[in-house]
Amino acid sequence: MEQIATRPALTQQRLAPRISWGKIGVTLVLIITAVIALFPMYWLFANAFTPIRGTPPLTPILVPSFQLDNFERLLGGTKFYLNWMLNSLIVCLAVTAWHVIFDTMAGYAFAKRRFPGRTALFWLILSTLMIPIHVTLIPLYIITRNLGLIDSLMGVILPGTATVFGIFLMRQYIQTLPSELEEAARMDGCGEFRVFWSIILPLCKPAIAALAIFTFVRFWNDFLWPLIALNKPQNYTLTVGVANLQGEFMTDWGVIFAGAALAALPMIAFFLAFQKYFLEGVRMGAIKG
Amino acid sequence: MRQFIRRHGWSYVFIAPSLLTFTIFTLVPVAWAVIISFQKYSLVRGGQWIDPIYKNFVTAFTQFSGVFVSAIGNTLLYAAITVTANIFIGLILASLIQPLSNRLRTFFRAAYYLPAVTSALIIGLTWAYIFNAQWGFANYILRWFGMEPVRWLSDPDIALGSVTLSAVLTIPATAVVLFSAAMGSIPPDYYEAAELDGAGPVRRWWHITVPLIKSTTLYLVVIYTIASFEVFERIYIMVPSGVGNSTQTIVTQIYNNGFKDLNFGVASAQALVLFAMIALVAVVQFRVLRSDVEY
Repeated sequence: MEQIATRPALTQQRLAPRISWGKIGVTLVLIITAVIALFPMYWLFANAFTPIRGTPPLTPILVPSFQLDNFERLLGGTKFYLNWMLNSLIVCLAVTAWHVIFDTMAGYAFAKRRFPGRTALFWLILSTLMIPIHVTLIPLYIITRNLGLIDSLMGVILPGTATVFGIFLMRQYIQTLPSELEEAARMDGCGEFRVFWSIILPLCKPAIAALAIFTFVRFWNDFLWPLIALNKPQNYTLTVGVANLQGEFMTDWGVIFAGAALAALPMIAFFLAFQKYFLEGVRMGAIKG
Repeated sequence: MRQFIRRHGWSYVFIAPSLLTFTIFTLVPVAWAVIISFQKYSLVRGGQWIDPIYKNFVTAFTQFSGVFVSAIGNTLLYAAITVTANIFIGLILASLIQPLSNRLRTFFRAAYYLPAVTSALIIGLTWAYIFNAQWGFANYILRWFGMEPVRWLSDPDIALGSVTLSAVLTIPATAVVLFSAAMGSIPPDYYEAAELDGAGPVRRWWHITVPLIKSTTLYLVVIYTIASFEVFERIYIMVPSGVGNSTQTIVTQIYNNGFKDLNFGVASAQALVLFAMIALVAVVQFRVLRSDVEY
């Protein structure tokens, strides 16, 4: 005990004079990189909150004047900005709800239940995990078009439900749960669906939280597929709409900044509120960045 | 039959919804992508086999004087630089925040992570503003030092470099978080033993930390390589015109061929090339992991 207590003190004493310069250097490096990481986003917000009509000034705005002028023109002048936000919200909520419910169900079946074809089906699903949407864009477009879903939110939502990462994540998680509770419930005469709904689902809360956050963020930020699947401006999701602001408001940069900032804001707020789950999600391999 | 349904019915009910959309929107498209790459496909007449059967692949590489070849080159260059930078920067930053107090470590991790929760599109937009030739921040700094402003995103010689630079300067948050977690799980006695043997901080880092987080490094190399093979949003928003093809990448080629020229066969052939590249990375990862798990 004594040894453990004294050892760090000795170490510090021995290294203290050498480390201090190093410590200053390290702190500087960390602060500079944090500034680099945050500056582009900060500058966007500084510009968005400062009235700009036409071209931004040649001396960059580094401190915003906290006025909402640009936002007023954005919401008053763009016909569809609120539509885009609503569309993104609908897509994200629908896709997230789907994955939370059905990925947990499928994950449970693959983790705990024994049925013919289980291994083969799981490997089939797993083998497509690495295949990015870029490879299947063309047939996906043809199928969505044949189903009459191009230029509708369903055309974004349904392909969004086909990602398999959540099934894999939930299976891994449910495998670690003990089977006794399930069996006890079954002995008590619980039906199979009730076993899932009242026993498994509540136990999965931490994994479901990570999956829900990951899915929501991913589809809020999704761009390539909505860009292809949606044509009319009123049907755009937010990212597609923001990408088109530049064409629409060629010279009014204030509106463009406000539009981009407002699109980023919900995810930033979301991150600050649920930081712990995000970082946990990264560790589980759920979130890239 | 009845007994089979009673025993296994619920299992199939549980996987049915996922399996249904998976089949329609993932499985069928994967198979169909292969078929279309050997066809001439029109939305009106459907697919027709072509002669010779590999014609789309020839066209993919030869059309517009071989722009796809330079697109692959651009993608590989972008991948090489960003993956190396991401791993290196992620490793350094994770190592530097490791000795900090819990609260500071969380703060820096969050600061690095914040940009990663915003869409690649909006991150790309912010960098397009920074590189704006007229009022961008980059040229403001150059002017401040008395240098000539640069046409960052419209000069064909440097546009791809500017996009790559923006990707390098976007801190690799996943790498920081995963490296940091991996370093946290190294038993402290290793370091104490090395310290007793007289190893300084740098040697301890190089001989203990770096080898022990190798599997994390490998995982990150793979996910960053695949992600950079798929680069699209950043290019699409920063250099919409392609700057005379100097910033074409594999996915912008697929997008242009498929959804601007409606040349589905050629676009699918190019998509298969992308798939082959990704599969190759995955196979290499698998082999390395299998041969090299023990430390």
